[in-house]
Amino acid sequence: MPISLSDALAVVADHRGDRIVIPTMGAISVWPQLSDAPSDFCYMPSSMGQGTALALGLALAQPQRGVIVLTGDGSLLMNLGSLVTIAQHPADLWVILLDNGQYEITGGQPVPGGGRTDYALIARGAGLPRVYHFEDADTWRQSAGEVFRGTGPVFVWLRLCPRQGQQTPKPPRPMAEQIDRLRRELGVEPRAKS
Amino acid sequence: MTGPELLAGLRRLGFTHVVYLPDSETGRWDQDLAAAGSPRLIRPTREGEAIGIAAGLMLGGAKPLVVLQCTGLFESGDALRNVVHDLKLPLVLVVGVRGYLAFRQGQSQDTCPAFTEPILQAWRLPYHLLQPAFTRESWEQALESIVTSGKAGAVLLPE
Repeated sequence: MPISLSDALAVVADHRGDRIVIPTMGAISVWPQLSDAPSDFCYMPSSMGQGTALALGLALAQPQRGVIVLTGDGSLLMNLGSLVTIAQHPADLWVILLDNGQYEITGGQPVPGGGRTDYALIARGAGLPRVYHFEDADTWRQSAGEVFRGTGPVFVWLRLCPRQGQQTPKPPRPMAEQIDRLRRELGVEPRAKS
Repeated sequence: MTGPELLAGLRRLGFTHVVYLPDSETGRWDQDLAAAGSPRLIRPTREGEAIGIAAGLMLGGAKPLVVLQCTGLFESGDALRNVVHDLKLPLVLVVGVRGYLAFRQGQSQDTCPAFTEPILQAWRLPYHLLQPAFTRESWEQALESIVTSGKAGAVLLPE
């Protein structure tokens, strides 16, 4: 059975443990229905493609927590080099690639190489040691225990059913509140007021 | 400024990480940064990524310094906008201004120096432009003034 975005993220929610989860773009339309933990950071407003970079920084700053970033294929294509950086600076980071082959929230236009790009090969070539690829929901669910066991970095490529008619999702709370909430959870001093 | 002088200043100011893409001037610090261990050196693949990594480090309680060239500043505009103005994180940049001295003397057609300050102004990022023969003290003072402000800012190194 092909993987829907909801099914893909439900598996992540079941296995995330106390890791920080960073949904980006389309994942933000689903993740808050599955989780509202202080260690959720819905990265919006965002800079498209920066989810993996931000997640690496967070994983390096909080090595005891572990970080999961939920990124789309369009976003990852904007920052493919970040996979090389992640491989060069090992951390407990899980990159979950939600590949629907399209720019979902702008009307479903195809991404370059949609359906043809081998992201597992790219991730391995970047030097990532643990790479997984799933195209059906049952196998993803059955394998998730292994995927989330052990240490990162880990790259998971999920081929999803495309959705139509999606609009830009809204994060569950304003960015300033999200940041303060996350930092309290992590025991980090609040931000200086700007 | 030598690598050991740079490191002493960064440690005094409490930086935990240096997210670094070298240019021909700041490249002289590479070996010392790599050998230091603290602050920890992070090598990203491009400048926008560097700023994203720095954002994550700051969210997690670390205190990064991003070192890049002005060309990379131009490349990283959207990341900078997001981190400084959406996330409102106190991003600290050191920007090497390629060809600044030759440009000022009318000896270069390189457009990098012409655009660096206007770009920073457009992104509403405060900055300190050091004098060409800047000293370790003036560099540290400029960095410290940004750090103590608790806001984002940049130090420009004329090259």
